[in-house]
Amino acid sequence: MIPMEHYLIVSTLMFFIGIYGFITRKNMIAMLISLELVINAVDINFIVFNRYLFPGQLEGMFFTLFSIAITAAETTVALAIIINVYRKIGNVNVGNINKMKN
Amino acid sequence: MEYSLLILITPFVLFLLLGLTGHKMKPNVAGIIGTTGMALAAILSYTIAFQYFFGVGKVDGVFQQIIPINFEWLRFTDNLHIDLGILLDPISVMMLVVITTVSLMVHLYSLAYMHGEKGFQRYYAFLSLFSFSMLGLVVATNIFQMYIFWELVGVSSYSLIGFYYTKPSAVAASKKAFIVTRFADLGFLVGILLLSFYTKTFDFATLTADNASLVVNSTAGASFLGLSVAAWATALIFMGGAGKSAMFPLHIWLPDAMEGPTPVSALIHAATMVVAGVYLVARLFPVYFFSAPEVLTMIAYIGVFTALFAAVIAITQTDIKRVLAFSTISQIALMMAALGVSGFGGHDGLGYMASMFHLFTHAFFKALLFLGAGSVIHAVHSNDMRDMGRLHKYMPISSITFFIACLAIAGIPPFSGFFSKDEILVAAFHHDKVIFYAILVSAGLTAFYMFRLYFNIFWGKEKTYTEHHKPHESPWLMTFPLVFLAILSCTTGLFDFSEFISPDKMPFATHIDWTIAGMAIAVAVIGITVATILYAKGSDKPAQMAKSLGRFYTATLNKFYLDEVWMFITQSVIFKMICEPIRWFDRNVIDGSMNGLAWVTQKSSSAIKGLQSGQVQFYAWVFVAGSIVIAILVLFCKV
Amino acid sequence: MDATINLIIFYALAVVVLSMSVLAVTTKKILRAATYLLFVLIGTAGFYLMLNYHFLAAVQITVYAGGVVVLFIFAIFLVSSKGEVIEPHAKRKVVLGLLASVAGAAVVFFALFKHQFVIDSANTTMIGDQEMNMKVIGQALIGTGKYQYLLPFEILSVLLLACIIGGILIARKR
Repeated sequence: MIPMEHYLIVSTLMFFIGIYGFITRKNMIAMLISLELVINAVDINFIVFNRYLFPGQLEGMFFTLFSIAITAAETTVALAIIINVYRKIGNVNVGNINKMKN
Repeated sequence: MEYSLLILITPFVLFLLLGLTGHKMKPNVAGIIGTTGMALAAILSYTIAFQYFFGVGKVDGVFQQIIPINFEWLRFTDNLHIDLGILLDPISVMMLVVITTVSLMVHLYSLAYMHGEKGFQRYYAFLSLFSFSMLGLVVATNIFQMYIFWELVGVSSYSLIGFYYTKPSAVAASKKAFIVTRFADLGFLVGILLLSFYTKTFDFATLTADNASLVVNSTAGASFLGLSVAAWATALIFMGGAGKSAMFPLHIWLPDAMEGPTPVSALIHAATMVVAGVYLVARLFPVYFFSAPEVLTMIAYIGVFTALFAAVIAITQTDIKRVLAFSTISQIALMMAALGVSGFGGHDGLGYMASMFHLFTHAFFKALLFLGAGSVIHAVHSNDMRDMGRLHKYMPISSITFFIACLAIAGIPPFSGFFSKDEILVAAFHHDKVIFYAILVSAGLTAFYMFRLYFNIFWGKEKTYTEHHKPHESPWLMTFPLVFLAILSCTTGLFDFSEFISPDKMPFATHIDWTIAGMAIAVAVIGITVATILYAKGSDKPAQMAKSLGRFYTATLNKFYLDEVWMFITQSVIFKMICEPIRWFDRNVIDGSMNGLAWVTQKSSSAIKGLQSGQVQFYAWVFVAGSIVIAILVLFCKV
Repeated sequence: MDATINLIIFYALAVVVLSMSVLAVTTKKILRAATYLLFVLIGTAGFYLMLNYHFLAAVQITVYAGGVVVLFIFAIFLVSSKGEVIEPHAKRKVVLGLLASVAGAAVVFFALFKHQFVIDSANTTMIGDQEMNMKVIGQALIGTGKYQYLLPFEILSVLLLACIIGGILIARKR
């Protein structure tokens, strides 16, 4: 039996790797990929808590299920926006997106 | 008599019409429209006067107050509400006639006098506005309506004095007139509020009914600084009247107001607006008489003092319009004095009647004098009598009508001024001998300065007039009003005014007291004779006399330095002592605190605006860091 | 024996997932980042399988690995020119990112090890050897009772519809 903490350590590391990526990346798609890591880490946590602490119930699993679906939706829209931005300014660097600011 | 509303509506519609569309009309069309409308209003008021005095007005020998129209405009409480309406009683009907007649004459006269002026249509629009407000003032049913129209009169007077708004002196004069009268109106407003606070009504009929018992009862026992509240209220209201009627020391605006066009001076500053103060006191006469007789006495003395004071100044002035202005101040002061010495009921009410009578006659002969002066100015292009002389042979009609007016104002029978002034003298004689002799002296002075003016303009030394500026008689549009008003000046004195106007609205009989009349005539003749000797041939004697009088002459010439006194009070005392510190406080403390606030905001925002970088990754970092800090706080600082 | 194999598999998966995560956020080529993400997601599916959430593992692979990553790859193709290289990261950003992640991880680990999870020992038998019944999942998804999720399910379907429309609308060429 694998101790629960092991899963949590993995998910925590994955979470903060994602955070690191989100902060350091310049390409917006890369930032989105980092975001996927963060969300994935959270999903693992849901599942692990469900399985170890409340094995008779299904909340964690459904949360993960919904989370996956919402992530898919969010990614779709985000990528659509990124493509649009690319059409407008020719690249997808987050630092260049300042049209709305001025 | 609901159609009396038309008298008000006609000028108002004219004002809107000429004011809004006048600039699209030809000047003559605008002038004719204005004049026609005024003629309509005049005819209407003659009809009303006829109907009132000889028809519906008199019931059982007493003149009634008829209120054909009255509607509630603003309601504060059940008792206290501001109405707008029309009140017809002997004095308001008489005022209607005076105002519309003089206004019509001025309208006619202006067609020629103002011909070719820039802003001719605007001039007629304001004339209509003025007529409207003045008519509204006299028919006001309550004191607040009167106040509203009172201010409207002030505004239209302001715009007419400042008609030549490109001329700095005209602008200054209009501002002066407005500010001085407005300052006086402050007293009027406070007086109204004081009076209505105690009586809970604005209504003239309620205030004056039953020997003003309402005022007497409601203010009984209340006093302030040793004077009763009724005295305070009526004195403050009189202050408003003194401002409009140019009583000492608030008279300073009237001579300057002569910067306006001459017909305007005739209409506003001779016949109508300046008598508004007299009318106001007359309107509230029962209140004054029964609740505050001491104020009435004060009015009498102020009136007499002003009459003498203005008459003395008038002697030395050389601007013919200013002479007439001071003469106006003096004559209106006489009316005030007559009100002040009046009693109530029967023959005691002679002063009241005399005051209204003099108002009536004065309106016509003073308008005639102003229009005559305007005719002369039109011919000579100067206001200064030193530029005139021997004009009789050039403009005989002006000269003769002016002569008639001078006789009228000097009080020579059978011209109108004699009768009204005589009634004033009789009333004063029965009341207070000091006032009587003062009035007598001022009558003498009046005769003197009026004939000084007349001789200087039409006789005296011939002046050299340039060939193409040869004086000539004015066109008929100007001479017709002169002749018409001259006829009125000859005849109006023959009215038996006591049959129509008295404080208790019951007619009484008067007769001429020939002893007093004889004294008055004698004084007037002396004045005229002296003036004739000094000025008719244009001798050097006046200059020598002026020299021998020395400083007194200079003081008189400078109107006893009253303008300077007022300037000193406003500039050095009020501005320096009160306004300057307030200004400093406003600029430095109030503005300073606001500016400081803005400065702090600006500085702090420019200091932190770098944070708002728009870099989403920086935001994310801050968010993560914040979450970590909160997590640490939760973990380690368990409460 | 079984437990040992399980442990070995877990560690293998953990190593793969973590290393791929690190590569995904550090690689200079964007397409490789997407590929590393694919491995991370498949590894996560492996975790789900180990925890006996077979249905979830299937969803993870079909939706995430199959759908989202393909979407990413298409997007990358659309927006990048050939062989585009991610510019080197700014030093300051790297420092800031490291600081935040290390500090965050430290705090979380502290909380993790300090906290004692109460594991119901009576249920331990269930862990790892009981498969989730599909019928239960299906009924929970379309039921309206307690612990049943029809409403979120429907809301989600509307959200997905909205995203489809929104995505088309935003990315459409004008």
